[in-house]
Amino acid sequence: MEQNSNGIMVLAEVRGGAIHPVTREMVAWGRKLAGQFSRPVTCVIIGIDPDDPEDLIRYGADRVLSVNPGFTGNSPATPTAGLFVDVIREERPAIVIAPATTSGRTLMPIAAARLNTGLTADCTDLAIDPKDGLLLQTRPAIGGNVMATIKTPNTLPQMATVRPRSIRPLQPDSARRGQVLVKTYEMPDSWPEQLLSFIRDERKEINLEEAEIVVTGGKGMKTKENFALLEDLAAALGAGLGATRAAVEAGWAPFTRQVGLTGKTVAPKVYIAAGVSGKIQHLAGMITSETIIAVNEDPEAQMVKVADLAVIGDAPAVVEKLTKALIHLKNKRKGGA
Amino acid sequence: MNVIVFIKQVPGTTNVRMDPATGAMLRDPSDTVLNPLDEHAITEAAKIKDGQPGTVVTALTMGPPSAVKALQEACARGADQGVLLSHKAFAGSDTIATSRALAAAVRKLGPVDLILAGEKSIDGETGQVGPMTAAMLELPAVTFVRRLNLEGGRIRVQRLVEDGVEELAVTLPALVTVVRDINNPPLPSLRRYVMAKKMTFPVWGPEELGLKETDTGLKASPTRVVKVFSPKFARSTAIFRADGEAGLDASVQAVIDLLRTKEILKKGGA
Ligand SMILES: Cc1cc2nc3c(=O)[nH]c(=O)nc-3n(C[C@H](O)[C@H](O)[C@H](O)COP(=O)(O)OP(=O)(O)OC[C@H]3O[C@@H](n4cnc5c(N)ncnc54)[C@H](O)[C@@H]3O)c2cc1C
Ligand SMILES: Nc1ncnc2c1ncn2[C@@H]1O[C@H](COP(=O)(O)O)[C@@H](O)[C@H]1O
Repeated sequence: MEQNSNGIMVLAEVRGGAIHPVTREMVAWGRKLAGQFSRPVTCVIIGIDPDDPEDLIRYGADRVLSVNPGFTGNSPATPTAGLFVDVIREERPAIVIAPATTSGRTLMPIAAARLNTGLTADCTDLAIDPKDGLLLQTRPAIGGNVMATIKTPNTLPQMATVRPRSIRPLQPDSARRGQVLVKTYEMPDSWPEQLLSFIRDERKEINLEEAEIVVTGGKGMKTKENFALLEDLAAALGAGLGATRAAVEAGWAPFTRQVGLTGKTVAPKVYIAAGVSGKIQHLAGMITSETIIAVNEDPEAQMVKVADLAVIGDAPAVVEKLTKALIHLKNKRKGGA
Repeated sequence: MNVIVFIKQVPGTTNVRMDPATGAMLRDPSDTVLNPLDEHAITEAAKIKDGQPGTVVTALTMGPPSAVKALQEACARGADQGVLLSHKAFAGSDTIATSRALAAAVRKLGPVDLILAGEKSIDGETGQVGPMTAAMLELPAVTFVRRLNLEGGRIRVQRLVEDGVEELAVTLPALVTVVRDINNPPLPSLRRYVMAKKMTFPVWGPEELGLKETDTGLKASPTRVVKVFSPKFARSTAIFRADGEAGLDASVQAVIDLLRTKEILKKGGA
């Protein structure tokens, strides 16, 4: 690929027939990388006809490129990745980023392999090296024990998937102007993969990875009954409920709640860890949280050291008291208003 | 059916320590395990074989000579044979270079019906090797699979995605990456372990794969690690002691104040 283009391409997250808000975060990364250079930020939407493409312009994109596959129904990975590769070949961006979601983490490696270029997974930070203009891609490695910064020096585009919640969306600017483009392809209708159905997870539980606030319990909650106190706290805060592996192994929570190296990665605004020691494998899944609150009886616990605020004391007691105080505040607000 | 399972030997993370002076990882080289998700992939292959007699399951790994241990483990868990890709020219491979070597090995192994891989490894943690290899072989990449059923020349799978479960029918051949939900790997019997320990495996380098040495390893890797640093974990911590009723109240109030600052709770009185 020629080195003559300098644009930044951002892949929109399409979920349930709509553009998912994480796309705005990717656009914010694009703007940040565009920096003072006049690098255009193009957001590519594949497979749906977006209701309000201008939204992404208000959030920082210069161009919104909507790719119409020319066939109806849901697009599995093979044709979607095929279209994505075609668009990259035509647009020749210097940088392509996508959210590190199930979709981004499927389409990006397929595209990188077909374009024979490098791809860095699950970055938590991106920057431009002022010396050579190349993309600096930083990600946690070896279970979060170290951070590694990676470059793609000799091939284009430079590609990265970026962890959701690693940046805040920009303030929308209704005065921003940009281009909305539509590209239509004539893709065949038959593919080796055929989507049969989609079963939406209707449980009212808050999705851990997307929650603004996460409450996690560890072995220090002592019993299953005590651990259930966290459900009340999570409900009072509208928080996602997490667990350490030790709590999962004790049977206090299902594996789907496990946060850490072998569980989920979260990066909420606030992470509350109750009775969690903060072993490296757990930290790997939550250390990029904006604010960390630890409740632990041991002031030397690793979780206390990484916290912004630590309460030294009995976790079940603190959790119960905090929940009561929150419910009290809520009732007062309802009564007062 | 021909089933190939991609497996990787990874460090056992129980004893990872950091050198306090340099921040470098201190790892015991003899402390390695089969990547946990790859155990699930092997178990799934063994299940397919149970339902489809005559199936041959081949475990494939690229790694140092010591990775035979991972191949033996895979055979104890149900693989029939294994192949080790090992050569100094493979050193420093990133996910693209690893995938290229694996793809070449799959081609050499002959027609394949199904490739199984873990969704990600606990050391690389990229989840890229599976879908990249699929793209190089021009096979569909079916990722994050939590159920797999064989139906003639097709598979019916459930993919675990953010807000639910997707059900797909996929015509074989295809590559599938599995998540932990897919099965519970049983502990192999001692007899199988003893049998697997006696097994030996062909070792292939670039020549056997028909690759030039420059097609592999660091030279063929588009990415470069330019810096490794210890993340700054410790933050300056405000400490509150929940001793006695007063301490407990003050602690709870401090948490509420912080939640207000972070706009999790409304500012002001209530
Ligand atoms: C390969 C591998 C992968 C792993 N993956 C994960 C993973 O994904 N997620 C994960 O969480 N772990 C993972 N682990 C396990 C991890 O190493 C720890 O064992 C685990 O995180 C510890 O959980 P914990 O903090 O709940 O328990 P503990 O380490 O037992 O800590 C309990 C804490 O509670 C405190 N405490 C005790 N009583 C009270 C009380 N009454 N009030 C307040 N505090 C109290 C103690 O001081 C202590 O700090 C993994 C391990 C390995 C080897
Ligand atoms: N060196 C390797 N040899 C064989 N398979 C591998 C290798 N590296 C990764 N894989 C496979 O790809 C999956 C994802 O690994 P990774 O991309 O490192 O997260 C693993 O679970 C393995 O199935």
